[in-house]
Amino acid sequence: MTLAETLNLEVGQVVAERSFTLSRDSLVRYAGASGDFNPIHYREDVAASVGLPGVLAHGMLTMGVAVQPVVDWLDGRGWVSDYQVRFTRPVVVDPTEGAEITVTATVGVIDEAGARLDLAAVYNDQTVLGKAQVRISAH
Amino acid sequence: MNPDLTQRDFAPTAPYLVGREKVREFARAVQATSPLHHDVPAATTAGYRDLVAPPTFPIVIAEATLQQLLAEPDAGIDFSRVVHGDQRFSYSRPIVAGDELTATLRVASIKTLGGNSMVTSETAMVDADGEHVVTSISTLVVRGDDS
Repeated sequence: MTLAETLNLEVGQVVAERSFTLSRDSLVRYAGASGDFNPIHYREDVAASVGLPGVLAHGMLTMGVAVQPVVDWLDGRGWVSDYQVRFTRPVVVDPTEGAEITVTATVGVIDEAGARLDLAAVYNDQTVLGKAQVRISAH
Repeated sequence: MNPDLTQRDFAPTAPYLVGREKVREFARAVQATSPLHHDVPAATTAGYRDLVAPPTFPIVIAEATLQQLLAEPDAGIDFSRVVHGDQRFSYSRPIVAGDELTATLRVASIKTLGGNSMVTSETAMVDADGEHVVTSISTLVVRGDDS
């Protein structure tokens, strides 16, 4: 059986949907874990000095959290063998409210190797990732 | 930007040892709660040698090759003008704790569009046996003076 048969997938099917809140604490934690200490991700003054509307989430943090609904849904039945995104809009993280991102994963393509899932990551009613594609494969 | 960068050979980085606690720390940072990233028995039961790194973990290792690129004296990249345009990870197998990965940078293309430059770099990571594990492909947009 192919992975798509095992998982009973159909093109257009939504396999996972979840919302995440990124707080300023999340950004500090990600800076430490990733080694990306660009101050636009934790200093209001630096962000303003380069013309940004506020402190931004690391694009790589958004990319990192956006794939988690897929990983959890897969639950070890397959694995993420390819993952790509375009960073199309910045995510401004409010110091008190944070930023809520809602991710939806939809089956885009099914083939012998597995399937391609297309992610929609929405913040403030706008998508923040473009061409966000996750390829899942059998072990 | 210096177009000759695409012809340049970059030295492989020093091997990066993927630590168990680093996998857990990175997983917490990207809100990755699967037991495969945190619980060793869960990972080994699922057939892995040790904890599995989250899909975007290789960016930690690619950071070293990004520094190589920025350090090229004639690269002409002003980091304060750099924006991450896109990112891709193409795997041959998942990364697990205990992997010792060596990364080699290649500048795949440099394009200029409307005063901005776009540099696409590929960092291939191989394990201690020299087998390919993952390639990280990044496009950085370097904003021109006018934008």
